[in-house]
Amino acid sequence: MSGLDVALLVAVAALSAALAVSLLRRRPPRRLAVPKTARRILVPFSGSLDQTVLEAAIRIARAEDAVLVPAYLLIVPLQYGEDSPLRDQVKVAMPVLEAVEHAALRAGVPVDARIEKGRTLTHALSRLWDVEPFDRIVAPAPVDGHEGFTEKELAWLLLHAPTETLVLKPMPSGPPSRLHSAA
Amino acid sequence: MRGRYRILLGMAAGVGKTYRMLQEGQGAFSEGRDVAIGYLEPHDRPETAVLANGLEEVPRLRTEHGGVELNEMDVDAVIRRAPELALIDELAHTNAPGMRNEKRYQDIDEVLDAGIDVISTVNIQHLESLNDAIAELTEVRVRETFPDRILEEADEVVLVDLTAEALQERLRAGKIYSKERAEVALQNFFRVDKLSALRELALREVAEGVGARRQSLVLDPLSQQAVAERVLALVTPEPRSQRILRRAWRSAERLGAQLDALWVRRQGRELSDEEQVSLAALRRLAIVLGAHFLEEEGDDLVATVRHVVYDRGTTYVLVGTPDESRRREVLHGSLVSALVRELPGVDIRVVANRADRPERVP
Repeated sequence: MSGLDVALLVAVAALSAALAVSLLRRRPPRRLAVPKTARRILVPFSGSLDQTVLEAAIRIARAEDAVLVPAYLLIVPLQYGEDSPLRDQVKVAMPVLEAVEHAALRAGVPVDARIEKGRTLTHALSRLWDVEPFDRIVAPAPVDGHEGFTEKELAWLLLHAPTETLVLKPMPSGPPSRLHSAA
Repeated sequence: MRGRYRILLGMAAGVGKTYRMLQEGQGAFSEGRDVAIGYLEPHDRPETAVLANGLEEVPRLRTEHGGVELNEMDVDAVIRRAPELALIDELAHTNAPGMRNEKRYQDIDEVLDAGIDVISTVNIQHLESLNDAIAELTEVRVRETFPDRILEEADEVVLVDLTAEALQERLRAGKIYSKERAEVALQNFFRVDKLSALRELALREVAEGVGARRQSLVLDPLSQQAVAERVLALVTPEPRSQRILRRAWRSAERLGAQLDALWVRRQGRELSDEEQVSLAALRRLAIVLGAHFLEEEGDDLVATVRHVVYDRGTTYVLVGTPDESRRREVLHGSLVSALVRELPGVDIRVVANRADRPERVP
């Protein structure tokens, strides 16, 4: 066997090994790994979500290795059945929810977003926690003129929530930075 | 004040649009309205020609192109004549080179602007937005198209309807084309399946225009394919499927399509508590979105999807970014490739996680 043959054999072997390694190598995981026992933090809102509240919720979720569950709450008008599709409301909700989801994923926090409905915001909320377990609820406090929970609804929430509940007050001064729909 | 615009829409040549236009013109004339024919397409159909008797026809504009003499509607003459109602055939017609407007619907626009009411005619295959669907369906690419806004802006769009079989009868009887041409047409464009699909398209166009809802229209598979997009989202009981279903809803909205969500459950598979929560959440989301949630059992994902796609008339499948290792991809093939291969004629879209995109450098 000449020196050239040996060199060729070595080159072929090296190439084969590289090919095998590249084929057998797993891709880096695309999804954020979520442990089975991960805590779940519910962030209910409607209309829009204050940036400060969202950032705080993301920080809490990251600190606790928790899954963030932003839930956009829809109200089903009384003239419709409870299981009616809510096309127009969904059109408004969708971009907000996607923006919230995007912000959390960007921050490395796993997300399991929801759109839930009920006759009132509190009805929608109770329907949600009746069927899904949560370890903590982070709710935005009302700020004058802004959409979202009223003081009365927050009082109800604090009284009835099945788990520890944190009410976060949005940024008090300056122009409000809010994630909302352009629709 | 702009004139009123009434469009008589048909599925194909020969359904009687021109005939109906003249009937309506005669009716208006007998009621004492001032009616004139702006342009009547010379179809050489005796019944139609008889119906035009008694109605004044505005002289046409003669022009020559490539040694051929062409007749076009004289827009200025129609406006000068200023009838209360002008009958103008074939709005999708392309005018001869050198005319002021390229298309007859533009001529009609000027006539309407002059305060003259117009009744016009057109076939559904000329509608711009349906051009691709019609080409696929009939294997004929229609060159003369008109923008959808024309139908939207018309005061009335009336369907001149005829069953496919009745139209074939008229064709065989030589009422539309000469016998020789009719024979060729019957083998090609005027086949029952194609005519039925075109008829469904025309019906749908008019029904949507008046906001009507057809509750349970039973279409044959070919017509289904021609008239409607249908979106299918492949989901699994895990959080990211919420995003896939929402994204599918947005696509369905843009396409004006029905939305189905499908979970293919492996036979005998038990769900964990987390998966049960996710599955229930997906079902609830499907209800809010007005989507149909389907659950099928099967060990072969692609085969099960194929079965559902053809059963439901799906035209668009959305799937999440597959979580396959490269080894699995090489040894067993990728899911997306398999879907593309097994679902010819169906659009496949992979829904990515937007947060995976690299940050844009400012």
